[in-house]
Amino acid sequence: MLLALNPLVKPDPGLFIWATVAFLLLFILLRAFAWKPIVAALDERERNIEDALSKAEMAKQEMAKLTSENEQLLKQARAERDAILKEAKELKDQIVSDAKKSAQTEGNKLIEKAKLEINAQKAAAMAEVKSQVVSLSLEIAEKVLRKQFEDQGKQQALVNDLLKEVKLN
Amino acid sequence: MDLSHIFNLKKIAITAFCAVFLVAAHAQEHENTDSASVEPVETETGHADKEAPISETILHHIADSHEWHFWGEGEHKVAIPLPVILVTKNGIVTFLSNKHDQDEHGKEVFEEKGQQLVNFHGGYYYPTAAANHEGEYVVLDQYKVPTNEKPLDLSITKNVASMLISVVVILFVFISIANAYKKRVGKAPKGMQSLFEPIIIFVRDDIAKPQLGHRYKGFMPYLLTVFFFVWINNLMGIIPFFPGGANLTGNISVTAMLALCTFILTNVNGKKNYWGHVFTPHVPWWLYPLMIPVEIIGLFTKPIALMIRLFANITAGHILILSLLSLIFILKSVAAAGVAVPFVLFISVIELVVGFIQAFIFTILSALFIGMAVEEHAEH
Repeated sequence: MLLALNPLVKPDPGLFIWATVAFLLLFILLRAFAWKPIVAALDERERNIEDALSKAEMAKQEMAKLTSENEQLLKQARAERDAILKEAKELKDQIVSDAKKSAQTEGNKLIEKAKLEINAQKAAAMAEVKSQVVSLSLEIAEKVLRKQFEDQGKQQALVNDLLKEVKLN
Repeated sequence: MDLSHIFNLKKIAITAFCAVFLVAAHAQEHENTDSASVEPVETETGHADKEAPISETILHHIADSHEWHFWGEGEHKVAIPLPVILVTKNGIVTFLSNKHDQDEHGKEVFEEKGQQLVNFHGGYYYPTAAANHEGEYVVLDQYKVPTNEKPLDLSITKNVASMLISVVVILFVFISIANAYKKRVGKAPKGMQSLFEPIIIFVRDDIAKPQLGHRYKGFMPYLLTVFFFVWINNLMGIIPFFPGGANLTGNISVTAMLALCTFILTNVNGKKNYWGHVFTPHVPWWLYPLMIPVEIIGLFTKPIALMIRLFANITAGHILILSLLSLIFILKSVAAAGVAVPFVLFISVIELVVGFIQAFIFTILSALFIGMAVEEHAEH
């Protein structure tokens, strides 16, 4: 009878039944047609956002990696270029020095040859000159002798002189 | 589990309530001192009883009704009559409420489908064979409540109609939002979608996840439905005219239904740990005769507290607003409206907040009870 004191706390079976029916209907319909797609869509979108963020982070890292790699490559390329240049220079120096050396030896050889030739020519020339001088001297001597021995007396005198000189022991 | 912010909010609301109750109490004093000179207060039903106390008017406003009343009394009444559906001994009887509302004092017996009925203050009873000394075909007990048998009243009352409207509104709103999500996959929310999305996320992140942990997904539909059902109906209750004005969430039948749903969901999902807590509590065995009944009572007090909390909060708000408006009639002065109306406005704004907070508290406590039931391992 306590409940009868206040109509506010008196449960109304009709309203209770209607409320149950309406609420269950609402629950079933909303679960099927509203909450499932909404919650799924929210989850999906959150996942997408997270994915996008992590992807951006990954891209950033990749970028940084690529940049450092590029730098590395550039450095390497520079070093390689330097090495190649150095090598080329060395090669050039070597070639030049080789060429110089061979030119020197060749030149020396030529000079040597030329000297020998010159000497040979000189010797030949000297021999010719000598032979010329000999023949000339002989001619001159012949001529002089002829002239001197045109006179008999002189011939005799000479023979005498010569004979005097020859001391027979 | 950090609930301090909830209780802080609650504290503020309670403080505000207390403040206004003091004012109301003061007004009550006025009423008492002036009661001798109180002018006949006009009541909705146009009672012949000219000295009807204000509280009866207020209770009448808060109670359920077979019509949706707008204004006017008696002959000049403007109201939407609602269908009355009675499951009587002779089968189901239906008629519109305005067909038999001229007499509400049980003095006229009418017949529908061969079933004799009598209308006593909006309730339909089987009449007694003969009228009592006041000409009423009912037998009243000491509290003036008829002791007659009554048919099961399945009428579409004001509360039921309001609830059906709210159901239609909620269905329309959320199904259209769901369609928007399907249509605009991966795009930013727009319109109604962006209005409700933060609230849905609030229910998920601040109610379901902290209480239910990783099991929250399965209970999301229930929690969301309860939250929006309670909230939307709280809001509709604040609207003073059609299609609002019904005190649905301040009706104990409705809150009892909601609490029963949480109770069933809690116990159906109760795991070994939950039942172990009830039947083998962590106390010495000789305390079992004391503890087990206490634990079993505890199973029921939780939903009962849920039921009473929502009912009392919402009803209190309605009573407050009506009390403040009644000041105008108690003080017999239009000037009182200068005080009463701003106060009503103030309370109405608080009611907006309370409407949300109560929906939130009902949902978070439901989640908490279910969360305690589905927990696998005891933490203590």
